[in-house]
Parts: sequence; structure tokens; C-alpha cells
Amino acid sequence: MTDLAIEVKGVGKSYRFFSLDHINLEVPEGEIMGLIGPNGAGKSTTIRILMGLVHQDSGDVRVLGHRMPAAQVAAKWDIGFASEDMRLYDGMTLAWHMAFIQSIYPAWNPAYAQLLLKRFGLRAEQKIKGLSHGQRVKATLLLVLARRPKLVVLDEPTTGLDPVARHEILRELTDVMADEGRTILFSSHNTQDVEQISDRITFIDRGRIIDSMDRETYLDRWRRLRLEVPLGVELPALPGVICVRQEGRLAVATANAFVPGLANAYENSGARVQRIETMTLEEIFVANVEHSREEVRV
Amino acid sequence: MRGPFTISQTDKRPIYLQIMEQIIQRIAVGDWAEGQAIPSIRQLAVDRQVSVITVKRAYLELEREGIIVTQHGKGSHVASKPGLGARLREQELRQHLEQATRIAAMLGIRPRQLEARLREAGDRIAEKETI
Repeated sequence: MTDLAIEVKGVGKSYRFFSLDHINLEVPEGEIMGLIGPNGAGKSTTIRILMGLVHQDSGDVRVLGHRMPAAQVAAKWDIGFASEDMRLYDGMTLAWHMAFIQSIYPAWNPAYAQLLLKRFGLRAEQKIKGLSHGQRVKATLLLVLARRPKLVVLDEPTTGLDPVARHEILRELTDVMADEGRTILFSSHNTQDVEQISDRITFIDRGRIIDSMDRETYLDRWRRLRLEVPLGVELPALPGVICVRQEGRLAVATANAFVPGLANAYENSGARVQRIETMTLEEIFVANVEHSREEVRV
Repeated sequence: MRGPFTISQTDKRPIYLQIMEQIIQRIAVGDWAEGQAIPSIRQLAVDRQVSVITVKRAYLELEREGIIVTQHGKGSHVASKPGLGARLREQELRQHLEQATRIAAMLGIRPRQLEARLREAGDRIAEKETI
């Protein structure tokens, strides 16, 4: 069995208007985990619990073998964490920040820091207050990555970035993985980012984990079937199909547990399968959220 | 979620082609009869959450192919041609047969052998339906 960089068991946290419910999460060492879900789903709260910034009401959290939040001081030497609300000192230069982090973390790699400066198109002598949003995000990421943490945790690293900046950041994240044994967990509501670089996907909605598995398996389970339904034929309710929309003699069925037998079952009922389409993570995202909310309503 | 007029993100064809195909299907299966009024360009654009220009392009192409008719002030209709649905079906069959013939040629399967394979396929379907 591979070592787990992150292991979360039965974690709960209640607030007045929101609660995380029995969260289980495993991130094996050496993988990129993408955490996706709508706004307010609980992505940031989950990440804060992992970092020991928020204390869970119940359940166990281990990060790089350390119990959280108890051992957060020891754990943080090896964790690089960045989120939107982390502030750099406006009146100081990026070079000042780099020297500051270097003085705390012995693992800081000056050559790598210089390389990141160049790749991100940043100038060390510039003061933080003169940076654009994209430059600030890149500066923060540089400060996290240049100390070579074993685990990188990023809350919404690509939100609000232009396509070029997004590509630069995704490239650096995948570059981190050239080193075996390093792990990334990042949250995003940009499904394209998650689809592109994640090895694993965790889908969270309304404080619950709906799915958590490797990307290929996850994408492969979802299909959209376009069906022709002759008059007098009634489509059977089939397991693994979460939604069927029919209008006249045409129907679209969405499956979240697709197997080839599903198409046969429709054919045997007298319908004709015109096409079986794979779905993008964005389409799955929307179908999944709509489906899980319908279930809650029932 | 939307009905059968669903635009696919994994389908690499332009959206106007997907819309054309879905309109053709509705006529072919008989949901939209000859001469029947169809949604206006703007209505379909709103329903599908695509641009008006995209739907307009699909309608123009369909008009050029004689499948729909757009009259100023009266909106769009399926062309009043008897047997249009059947003709579209026929067209679909022809495309599939041509495609099958091309693949067979690539595999070195002769027309005579392909005929036999077609009969076998018919037998298999008949068998399934009797189960």
C-alpha cells in the first residue's frame, strides 16, 4: 500500500448555517488531488481543517503522518499552503518576502526561486502593492514552492487569473510532481484545471463528499446516451441512470455508473441508441450537483 | 438539465452542426411534421443558451438544404414536402452504408463478403428481439 499524505476519517464540523458531514478523504503520496464543488460546498473549510486552522468537532485528521490540529507546528515544516486571504506585506518588495521565508525554512532553494521568478515574469525588487492580482497569486505560489514542501495545499489557486497566468501556474504544479513523493491538494471550481492535471478527483457539495476516486475511473463512469424511442415504447428505469429527459420520440439519458450493458438494455426495450457520448468534468459537475440536490429534496 | 436538445461539450463539431443534426432527427423520427412551425431562432438560442448567430447559421444551412423554410414575419417551418422525414432517414441510412463500405475496404473485405456480413447482422438483431 502506498503511504497516504492526507488521511481524513469521519470528520465533522458544525456551524450555525453550515456543516461538514462525516468527511472521509485519502490522498496517496505522489498524487495531485483536485477538490471540486460549487461555492459554499465546504472546500475551504475542509482545507482549513487539514491545515489545523479550523478544529474539527469530531473525526481524525493525519497530514504527512502528523495528527491535526495537535501536531500542526511540526507538520507545517513540510507543508506549503496558499489561499486567497493570505496577505503579503504591501509596503515590502518580493525580494524581502523571499529573504524572510528563506530565513525560516532551511529547505529554501535559491536557484529554484530565481527560475520561478523568471518563469512567472516577476521582478523581485517590485513592491507588493504595485502587483496585479495575477502577479500576487504567482508571488505567493513562488514563496510556497521555492521551499520545496512535501505537500502543497492550494485553495483556489487559479481563481480570477487570465488564461496565460493559469497555464503558468498549472505548469509549475505539474512540474512539482516531477519529484516523486511530493503531493498536491488543490481546490477549484474551474473544472478544466482539475480535469487537466488531477490524478484524483474529490467532489464535494453541501458539506458532503459525493465522490472521491481516480480521475479516469470517475470520468469513465459518466455517459450521455442519445436515444430514439419509437411510439409505444416505454423507456425502462435502469440502474446507474440518474436522469432521463424525453421530448417526443427523442430522449437523453445521463448515466453515472455506465456499463456497456446499459445500451443493450435500452436496445432490448425497443429504443434505439443513436450515440453514446463521454462528458466533460464541467458537464458531470452540473449533472452531479443537480442530481444530488434532487435526492435531498425527495 | 436540458431536454434532448442538449449541446455536447465533448462533441468537437461546431455547435451549429449539432443543432442542425438535432433538428433533422426530430423531423426524421416524426416529432416535427412536414409544414409544422418550429421554434424561432431567438427562442431556440435562449433555450439552448447559445448565440443567436449560431442558431441562425444552422437554420440558414437547413434552408439551403430544403429541409426548413423561413418566411419573414411568419417564422420557420419544416418544409412541406411529403415524405421528408422518410427521405432524411434514407439519407442517414445511405451515410451509414457508405461509412461501413469504406471501413470494409480498409479491412480488405470484398462487397460480396460485406453483403453476407449485413445478413448476419440482421440475423443477430432478429435473434435478440425474439428473446
